[in-house]
Amino acid sequence: MIPSKFDYIKASSVDQAIELLDQHGWEAKILAGGHSLIPAMKLRLNNPSILIDISGIGELNSITEQGDEIHIGANCTHKAIANSDLVQKHLGLLADAANTIGDIQIRNRGTLGGSLAHADPSADYPAVVLACDATIEVQGKNGVRSVAATDFFQGTFTTALEGDEIITSIRFPKVSQGNYQKFYQSASRFAVVGVAVVKDGNDVRVGVTGVSDAPYRATAVEEAYTGNADAAEHAVDGVEVMSDHFADSDYRAHLARVFVRRALEA
Amino acid sequence: MGAFVGKPIKRREDARFLKGAGKYTDDLKLHGMTQLAFVRSPFAHAKILSVDTSKALQAKGVVAVYTAADGCGEFGVPCGWQVDFKNGETMREPVHPLLAKDKIRHVGEAVAAVVAETLEEARDAAELVEVDYDPLPAVTDPEKAMSKDAPLVHDQWEDNAAFDWCIGNDRAEVEAALAGAHHVTEMEFRNQRLAPNAIEPRSYISDYDVNADKWTLYTSTQNPHLIRLLLCAFVLGIPEHKVRVVSHDVGGGFGSKIYHYTEEALVTWISREIGRPVKWTADRSEAFLTDAHGRDHMVRAKMGFDKEGKILGILSDEYCAMGAYLSTFAPAVPTYLHGTLFQGVYTTPLIHLNVTAPFTHTVPVDAYRGAGRPEATYLLERIISKGAQEMGIDAAEIRFKNFIPPFDGVNQEGYQTQVALQYDSGNYEATLKRGLEMLGYEDFRKEQEKARNNGNGKLLGVGISTYIEGCGIAPSAVVGALGARAGLYEVGQVRVQPTGKVSVYTGAHSHGQGHETVFAQFVADALGIPMDDVEIEHGDTEQVAFGMGTYGSRSLAVGGSAIIKSIEKILEKGAKIAAHKLEASEADLEYADGKWTVKGTDKSISFGDVSLTAYVPHDYPEGLEPGLDFSSFYDPTNFTYPFGTHIAVVEVDKETGKVDLKRFVACDDVGNVMNPMIVDGQIHGGIAQGVGQALLEEVIYDDQGQMISGSYMDYALPRADDLPMIETDRTVTPCPHNPLGVKGAGEAGAIGSTPAVVNAVVDALSHLGVTDIQMPLTPQRVWKAMQN
Ligand SMILES: Cc1cc2nc3c(=O)[nH]c(=O)nc-3n(C[C@H](O)[C@H](O)[C@H](O)COP(=O)(O)OP(=O)(O)OC[C@H]3O[C@@H](n4cnc5c(N)ncnc54)[C@H](O)[C@@H]3O)c2cc1C
Repeated sequence: MIPSKFDYIKASSVDQAIELLDQHGWEAKILAGGHSLIPAMKLRLNNPSILIDISGIGELNSITEQGDEIHIGANCTHKAIANSDLVQKHLGLLADAANTIGDIQIRNRGTLGGSLAHADPSADYPAVVLACDATIEVQGKNGVRSVAATDFFQGTFTTALEGDEIITSIRFPKVSQGNYQKFYQSASRFAVVGVAVVKDGNDVRVGVTGVSDAPYRATAVEEAYTGNADAAEHAVDGVEVMSDHFADSDYRAHLARVFVRRALEA
Repeated sequence: MGAFVGKPIKRREDARFLKGAGKYTDDLKLHGMTQLAFVRSPFAHAKILSVDTSKALQAKGVVAVYTAADGCGEFGVPCGWQVDFKNGETMREPVHPLLAKDKIRHVGEAVAAVVAETLEEARDAAELVEVDYDPLPAVTDPEKAMSKDAPLVHDQWEDNAAFDWCIGNDRAEVEAALAGAHHVTEMEFRNQRLAPNAIEPRSYISDYDVNADKWTLYTSTQNPHLIRLLLCAFVLGIPEHKVRVVSHDVGGGFGSKIYHYTEEALVTWISREIGRPVKWTADRSEAFLTDAHGRDHMVRAKMGFDKEGKILGILSDEYCAMGAYLSTFAPAVPTYLHGTLFQGVYTTPLIHLNVTAPFTHTVPVDAYRGAGRPEATYLLERIISKGAQEMGIDAAEIRFKNFIPPFDGVNQEGYQTQVALQYDSGNYEATLKRGLEMLGYEDFRKEQEKARNNGNGKLLGVGISTYIEGCGIAPSAVVGALGARAGLYEVGQVRVQPTGKVSVYTGAHSHGQGHETVFAQFVADALGIPMDDVEIEHGDTEQVAFGMGTYGSRSLAVGGSAIIKSIEKILEKGAKIAAHKLEASEADLEYADGKWTVKGTDKSISFGDVSLTAYVPHDYPEGLEPGLDFSSFYDPTNFTYPFGTHIAVVEVDKETGKVDLKRFVACDDVGNVMNPMIVDGQIHGGIAQGVGQALLEEVIYDDQGQMISGSYMDYALPRADDLPMIETDRTVTPCPHNPLGVKGAGEAGAIGSTPAVVNAVVDALSHLGVTDIQMPLTPQRVWKAMQN
């Protein structure tokens, strides 16, 4: 459990971090909370030769209200998100999801930006980000751009981020009615199935994590929904469902339907 | 009862543990110490074509790199127990090399050892060792290992059997009884493989002193003397008096730290080669891959009943995995620690167990908390409940019908089982009665019925397990006749210092159990002195004369008894000195409250004064040796047999299959209780582990022999929130054959609890026709059981 040798630089601004990323190319990795990256390094599954620590960049640390939106900096920890009054008031499902992540130590260190960039197919936030129709703000050497949540997650550990880009913040439209439901994997306590639902009148948006190699919007459920939870039957329509020793694809698909139903009914 | 025995005295050792001041092997940093890292095989079965260490040797900080081609290649660690085939063929005992030579036999087997100045350098250099493998097909399932076309783990034998074995009545007789039975209940299941998961990974430091030509081996072991014996006499061939083995604090073992491991021998060998201390500590991944696992039995069993539900006989055929090599106690686990418990607490007249123990391309399997008895208990307690379910008899009632009647082993004889052992004393129905009362069994059944009808999606179930186990191991002559290559007595030395303070040296070893407290309690009471005047020493072969260590819930029953023997000798000699000083005859003295008194007078002399006299023998009995220091060996006359009732209440989510353990009631009988808080702690911990097996834990190897549950992301251990508050009570049936009347409490929790939980889940689903579910009862398995 000892990583290979690496250099470490603490970045003091987003610009500096991007410059360093650009300069060192694929050998460099951004370090935020370290709770996905460092375990992988200790197992030598990931051996960057330089770590660019962005955790000290204050500008990535804020949670603010901007009109109809809440903007959350990439560096905000799970704990800061769970405890934020703004998040609790306008994005209750995000606070709930944050509270299901790992344990206290993990929540004290792990960040929203880190979780999204890491793109673990069983991570909790992606379901919420999708259901909220949030926008991921990224910055790279060619400037800033906004990526819609639906375009961001591309597969297991793969996202729309370019090599020289970092996530700076996530813009969430305020939510009046929504919730997050999770079925815990008994060892890791990541989501076997995690479902976020946001309701907007008769419209509903459903984000699902844990079920496929990338989190997805359950559009078949959204289309079938007319105020009745039976739409949950479509939870995995057109989706290739993952299988492992905790949940094979049949059982996982079943759980997806159960948890979409529970989230629609909640 | 004295001043301390029977009281919930807080553990002395916790002061240092809670402050992070424990002294674990990995905490030690010796002058000039080097670090070792292993190159381990990523394949389960492969030929080693070549190993190239040249790049590693040139890496920064590297002191040496070893492969089997170096001197250590000739050594292997031995097995400590021999179980021969039924037809008389000798047990097949492969060499278990310190480093793999030509062939790999399990994922994680070490191929090369890299020694460097720092751990970082050792790890980096290990990555530079180039090994060329030719991967071969592997077999990890014990039953498949015995199929005709299974790949051979050891090429020198025609099949993978290490041995086979049977016990009990004649098979034909048992089969006839089953054929004539009113009802036969059948079961087929895998008692799944478990990883031991001690919180402290294994850690070894060998320090070779060139000038003295002596070694000190610091090791996280449960039995330092046994390690020294095996290491010196059976592995490296070095003189035993040249080696000191020290195991200070050890962070849990659950059996996995009994065995003599290859890494332990290798650091010892390397430290002489390089003339410097060398340390190796497993990381968690290595622990999963290399600590001896537990269980892994494939079981097919039948139990026959008469109309009333009385058991007529039981027959079981089992494939019990040994892994790639025979670990220290491995052959004893599915045989003498397993088959001998098939009587359970019932009057079953006919019993037959047949075991085939194959090699598999996995890490070795050996004793894990309970060792063979949890497997026996799981089968018995599941199959009797399944029988009851099938026959429409209540699970408690069928047990009452079959219990062995109470016997105390004093006025009534011990109970002779069909499977060699004679139980010491027991009152099995008493624990079940108490357990049912604690639970409120009648009321529960009503609540269960209501839950089934109210349709909130939750099903309730209750499961009973009335277990017995055999511990306090063991009478040496008995185990010797059964194939043990060591005696299983214990040693206890009581050294009274001139000031009357007492140092006790025990060959038992505490790795979390609390010996330093419990042993001090009964020693202080036996001598009538304050507990503060007693210190318990263990875990150092240079301090403690000899010992066999701690496992099989033996410390108090065997180790405690050895100490009591020495205390008797102390008091006998002390009485001579006291009589001399008091100018009385020994026969007129009585010993109480730390002093000898001339009966019927107020003339007395304190323990402290007698101690001082023994060491300053100016005015002293003629012909008596000075000093007050005795050592004793205690070899028990029988095993001890704790028993009890565990009852679980579960709630099952109909939609997801998730099991929620709502209540856990345990009424155990561990004989006399020295410290109820520590007994409760042992029972609680054991129950947590048993619940882990029932609901969560499983080592999974895929078809290629890759372990796919080798981290805490994939191997589910029980956590605090998986458990309810455990409700405990006890009955007390003293052990009739040891001086403390104790039976042992270390494993009972893990033995009794597993079937209780599974019985409860099956009970919750019984109205759906579910009669069995394979462990661990993951939500997926429970949900699937409901769908069929
Ligand atoms: C024991 C344990 C339990 C856990 N349980 C859960 C759980 O239940 N649910 C869950 O969802 N997660 C869980 N996690 C993961 C946890 O939430 C991590 O904190 C999170 O996935 C990563 O965030 P981080 O800040 O720690 O990122 P890091 O580990 O520092 O980085 C992760 C990756 O993201 C990149 N990165 C980080 N920040 C940025 C950025 N701003 N822009 C671009 N790239 C970036 C890094 O280069 C790296 O590749 C668990 C982790 C552990 C160790």
